[in-house]
Amino acid sequence: MIDLQNVSFGYGRGKRIFEGFSWSAKRGEAWVVLGSSGCGKSTLLYLLAGLVHPEEGKVRVGDELLERPRPRTGLILQDYGLLPWATVQDNIALGLRVRQFYGPDGRHAPRDEKTPQINEKVEEWLEQLGLQEVAASYPGQISGGQRQRAAIGRTLALNPDLLLMDEPFASLDAPTREGLQRLTLRLNEESGLTTVVVTHSIEEAALLGRRVLVLGLPPNRTARVVKNLKEEQNAQDRAGLVERLRGMLESRE
Amino acid sequence: MRKRSLFFAVLALGAVWELLALMINKPILPSLTLVLKEFVLEFPGELGRHFLASAWRVIASMFFSIALAAPAGLVLGQYASLDRIFSPVIYLLYPVPKVVLVPVVILFLGINDLSKIVIIFLILFFQILVLVRDQAATIRPELLYSVRSIGAGRRALFRYVYWPASLPAVLTALRQSIGTAVAVLYVVELIATQRGLGYYIYLQGSTLFDYPKMYAGVLAMSLMGLGLYFGTDVLHRKLCPWQFAHRSE
Repeated sequence: MIDLQNVSFGYGRGKRIFEGFSWSAKRGEAWVVLGSSGCGKSTLLYLLAGLVHPEEGKVRVGDELLERPRPRTGLILQDYGLLPWATVQDNIALGLRVRQFYGPDGRHAPRDEKTPQINEKVEEWLEQLGLQEVAASYPGQISGGQRQRAAIGRTLALNPDLLLMDEPFASLDAPTREGLQRLTLRLNEESGLTTVVVTHSIEEAALLGRRVLVLGLPPNRTARVVKNLKEEQNAQDRAGLVERLRGMLESRE
Repeated sequence: MRKRSLFFAVLALGAVWELLALMINKPILPSLTLVLKEFVLEFPGELGRHFLASAWRVIASMFFSIALAAPAGLVLGQYASLDRIFSPVIYLLYPVPKVVLVPVVILFLGINDLSKIVIIFLILFFQILVLVRDQAATIRPELLYSVRSIGAGRRALFRYVYWPASLPAVLTALRQSIGTAVAVLYVVELIATQRGLGYYIYLQGSTLFDYPKMYAGVLAMSLMGLGLYFGTDVLHRKLCPWQFAHRSE
């Protein structure tokens, strides 16, 4: 699904964030990218989303060489992702409208997909995510959790096969966060969606990631991967994993 | 603003006028009732025609300035390289008081409506251009990333992000410049024309010495400014409802 080969990248003339970095992920896997701030987690996501391009090396997603954002990749950012001037339902409809705007050209929208009835599709996601009550509200009027659910709805309405999330739950309170974390796990398990979640929280990494990619201080040259086996998924075993991850993060700093 | 408080403000201003007229007790400040009577009598006739001529000039200028400045501002806000070329030019031209160009514009464009519209246009154009450009340039990159990630190219970004993001700036610029536009309207209507409220006010006040009519003209011009201001407000509420939505919690 994802294949990075010898990727080098830096912003402007600054220090490189990745240097000859290689990493790959298979279809349907649940990945977490863990690291402290400034380590290049978000940059990795932008590279995967096709929003920035490597200076050297190749980024392949879903068997294609990435040159621009790929219609089947969904990206959810921590904040600011929703249009402040559009209601929740218009925000959820945005991606579908953009697809309709261009038509199935293979570049902005998948070639093989008919644009669905937008209203029905939006209604469906409003219901699934429990957002019906705030459908006509603007993002500024609703809670952080509702905003994040709306962002998830907008992305999922486009039927992605890869979901990239940048610190999606960082600004939420604990119960909301746990609810959305469960939703993310369910999406991966039930629909076989490949997920890559970026976080700085070790606990979140242990909970959400079946595999964890640990990034250190830039430049990152090698991918350090920790497997989080299914058997380890109960709370007690997770504690051990948390310790291991913490050790890895500290050893790099 | 509440309608009731607005009503009381009108009453208070009217009372102050009447009081001043009583105290001064000279023809140069007739009582408000006299002015209102003159206004009601004159508006369906001569005054109304001048009002329409003025309104056309200022509304046409507003229309053309939005039509040209908003897209230009959007483009400059989005393409930093273009903005680098044009911003020194705008920086130099923005503070030039456009009203001093009246004779120049008349020389080039002639004694007609066009020259007057162009002068007001020049003032509005720069205000809208600068505000829209700055607004378009401050859109958060995260927002652009997230909309690009769902497939939006440049055209869709204009349609779904840059345009709605700049709409409030267009309306704010418009509201801020209405006062200037009407003031400049008066100035341009003093020169080489026999139509418009500026001409009417000046004629009644300085040639015919008919002060009640002059004040009726002043009232008409104020009402025009007020009407434009209200109109912009209504448009703002209609086109940018998210700015007026309050948190429900």
